[in-house]
Amino acid sequence: MTGFLIRRIGLLVITLLITSAVIFLLTQVLPGDTARLVLGRDARPEAIAQFRAENGLDLPLPMQYVNWLTRFVTGDWGTAFTVGNAPIRPLVLERLGNSLKLAIMTGLFSVPISILLGVIAGLRENKRTDVIISVFTLSVVGLPEFVTGLILINTLALGLDWFPTASSPPGADILDWFRQLTLPALSATFVLMAYIVRMTRAGVVDELKKPYVRTAALKGLSYRTVIVRHVLRNALLPTITVIALSFGWMVGGLIVIENVFNYPGLGRLMTGAVERKDLPLLQASVMMVIFFFASANLIADLLYGLLNPRIRLE
Amino acid sequence: MSGKPVIQVRDLTLEYKLKSGWTPAIRDISLTVYEGQIHGLVGESGSGKSTLALGLMRYMAANARITAGTILFDGQDITHLPQNELRKLWGKHISLVPQDALAALNPSLKIGQQIAEIVRLHEGISSAEAHARAVEMLNQVRIPDPEQVSRRYAHQISGGQQQRVTIAMALIARPKLLILDEPTTSLDVTTQASIIELVRDLMRERNAAALYVSHDLGVVAQLCDHVTVLYGGEVMATAPVVPLFTRPIHPYTISLLASLPRHTQATETRLRTIEGAAPALDMRTTGCAFAARCPAALDKCHAARPPLEDVGEGPDRYVRCHRWREIADGTLVIETAPGQTQGDSAPLPGHVLKAHDLNKTFNVSGMFELLTEKERTGVRALNDVSISIRARSTLGVVGESGSGKTTLARAIIGLEPADDGTIDLMNQAISLNLNGRTRDELRQMQMIFQNPNDSLNPYRTVGDALARTIKRLSPDLTRDAVRARVLSLLEAVRLTPDYANRFPNELSGGEKQRVGIARAFAAQPSLVIADEPTSALDVSVQAVILNLLKDLRAREGVSYLFISHDLRAVSYLADWIVVMYLGQIVEVGDADQVYALPSHPYTEALLSALPTPDPTVNHMPIVLEGDPPSPRNLPTGCPFHTRCPRKIGKICETDAPPWQDAGGDHAIRCHIPADELLAIQSKGAP
Ligand code: SF4
Ligand code: SF4
Repeated sequence: MTGFLIRRIGLLVITLLITSAVIFLLTQVLPGDTARLVLGRDARPEAIAQFRAENGLDLPLPMQYVNWLTRFVTGDWGTAFTVGNAPIRPLVLERLGNSLKLAIMTGLFSVPISILLGVIAGLRENKRTDVIISVFTLSVVGLPEFVTGLILINTLALGLDWFPTASSPPGADILDWFRQLTLPALSATFVLMAYIVRMTRAGVVDELKKPYVRTAALKGLSYRTVIVRHVLRNALLPTITVIALSFGWMVGGLIVIENVFNYPGLGRLMTGAVERKDLPLLQASVMMVIFFFASANLIADLLYGLLNPRIRLE
Repeated sequence: MSGKPVIQVRDLTLEYKLKSGWTPAIRDISLTVYEGQIHGLVGESGSGKSTLALGLMRYMAANARITAGTILFDGQDITHLPQNELRKLWGKHISLVPQDALAALNPSLKIGQQIAEIVRLHEGISSAEAHARAVEMLNQVRIPDPEQVSRRYAHQISGGQQQRVTIAMALIARPKLLILDEPTTSLDVTTQASIIELVRDLMRERNAAALYVSHDLGVVAQLCDHVTVLYGGEVMATAPVVPLFTRPIHPYTISLLASLPRHTQATETRLRTIEGAAPALDMRTTGCAFAARCPAALDKCHAARPPLEDVGEGPDRYVRCHRWREIADGTLVIETAPGQTQGDSAPLPGHVLKAHDLNKTFNVSGMFELLTEKERTGVRALNDVSISIRARSTLGVVGESGSGKTTLARAIIGLEPADDGTIDLMNQAISLNLNGRTRDELRQMQMIFQNPNDSLNPYRTVGDALARTIKRLSPDLTRDAVRARVLSLLEAVRLTPDYANRFPNELSGGEKQRVGIARAFAAQPSLVIADEPTSALDVSVQAVILNLLKDLRAREGVSYLFISHDLRAVSYLADWIVVMYLGQIVEVGDADQVYALPSHPYTEALLSALPTPDPTVNHMPIVLEGDPPSPRNLPTGCPFHTRCPRKIGKICETDAPPWQDAGGDHAIRCHIPADELLAIQSKGAP
């Protein structure tokens, strides 16, 4: 198991190295010259040259990459070109925290309800309940996030005034979490739900056909015990992986929702950095997003291995 | 039978809802199992034996219903007992030992938990107590180190142990009735022998009743006290085991027994077979279910269903046949003696194929393994294997799973090329790899697969498939010539011309296998490699296929490399046999030599483990200890030393044994000289 863990973490590091190189290259080919962008169109050539020298922009690309990576790893993420030359690290970390809060809230909403619906649909395969659940989840996922977001704002925020129209990051107060994050989390839930429900349903349907279910029933166990003790522990394995992956995705992927609710998450920071061609900021935030996505992958694999004895000891 | 009846089934009819409406799967079944009795339920696929076995526990598919009859369990009528009441019986008073143990165990629950939950539920004891009971039960089913095993998962133990675990599960609550649904079908012969011994001992000890479902007449003869024979969803005969096997009076039972492959001296003998296939559920007629295939059928057999009649030999012998009286008093004789094949079929001089010192090691490869495996361990699947096949003869390769017999077949055909060694086809060296062989070399060697579905395209008619093969090999043939060849091939495998227009899903398993054979012969090969060609088929169909292979050998003059775990099938067809164990040949000889003493200790165990389909023969299998070692980790010295009951000492563990000459071309790889081996083996089992 430790060997497995070490190898997997090794793989993670390699992934991060490769993606960091790719990101670095990609940010280089973005149109426009950074120095000009920062200093303005009318900057004198000497100023531009000085800026480039100060920022290492005149070095060959591989050197620039190595420099950037070393600084990044040692925690020196530099300052942004825009947003008032703010130091990048605190900014990204703060936004990351906000994104995580939203992801946690979304998980709290989406996971229990999706699993419940998926299990029910699977147990009632092809019966009316199953069809209703499928149609419902699929039609919800068909709606774009800004539509569900606007509907939620119009009804629950503007209409009933239960929630603010724009969400700000909550503090330590639980009630504040609900007040600020319920609407964006609901929107994200709609996106995730169909996926998790389908996964769960498929797992349950597959497992119910397996001979061990008959063995369990013929022990005299009640239907409930057969399902809860025997079927679900196998049926939910793929679902758990999907949930872990979605978590990674939510850290950088809720761009539309963050915009609709004006929520300062990492996704918005990233899009802003692209728009303004703020390379250091963009690189740092994309690295964070990738880091979380890859880690979620790793965690998904580990969870799967941990919960699935067939993988664990091989 | 002395004990009291545990389960009594009276005139039970169970129907399935098919597209065509409600159709009976089993009809008018009556059967009683007594305390202390092992009752065998014999039938081929489609006979309804599994439906009956589960149906009498009242475990039925959602589209099934009981329409007539009663089931009395321990005096209580359970025919219409509600589910919650049934649950109190299941696992406690009636329990099931399922067929495929690995699939029947929950993959992600520890073995101990799966056993313990039964007694926790039915006896309400604490989990610590239940765990102790589970461990004790594992000990009773003779699992070494039960405490360890109870903390493992199903996939971490061997197939034989998995089956022992299911037996432990079934017995832990001390049920009155145990239903065993083909519990040894997926196991190797030597493992099967030890499981059967276990079942027999445990049942004797507990005085419970057991219903043993099986298609294997040998196992039933050796294990059961009473036997019921099912065909087409009906009871054909039920009788105590000895009279059923020694004086069968139902034509189906008689034919079934006659069709069992066995070791015969002459190559020209043919088995008696039951032609045709069992009727599909919705194709059953109003007459006798067996009429379409019965050699003694009369007009009235097709018109009226015979009743289940008391033979008047004690209380428990019944038979369903219009003509049983004639059979019983000897006026009607159903032919059972083996027949003769047409034509000359003794081996010809010269060799079709010679393979010399083939070696094959499977490396664990692939991206994921390379990254995750610490050390790469090779699996030594073939270890200096040499064989030669004479013209118009059959080389039988016998071995259990892990012996390397399938690897050998695939290495010869070139699908998985051997790492080194040589192969000569018709005295010409050929490439080890399929891609390096000429068209003609490829044509010369054809293959018949275990599962005919693997090689048949479901969207192409039989005629089409055959025509394509013919065309590919001789592209200049005219359409008419191809057509004629297709028909002659169909005729050779005894299928009528209209089969040319059928699709694979319109064929029975046996018919598909015939098409597979026809396809192999379409190329006019000189060597046909058959990898377990009959093991997926029913007993009566197996015999038909074996006969067909024998006839074709005489007619077409081909040779076979026949690979099987079924010693009887091999001995029926093969004139020359090699026995493999863990990738090595341990014994070679002609069929008579291999079957006679002296034998390699492994062959000896293998032969003794085969249950004889004769209950009057006192059968004492040599039970091998433990499981075969993993091929990743081959034992040093003699590969069989970890389980060999004849092991003579350290030398077996350290030195590879030499070949001992046992007379003629018979050779045995063992440290014990052939004459000594003969002397000790003649004294009886170790
Ligand atoms: S009733 Fe007729 S067809 Fe049926 S088994 Fe007897 S003789 Fe054969
Ligand atoms: S060499 Fe030894 S261990 Fe191997 S078969 Fe002979 S007696 Fe048994």
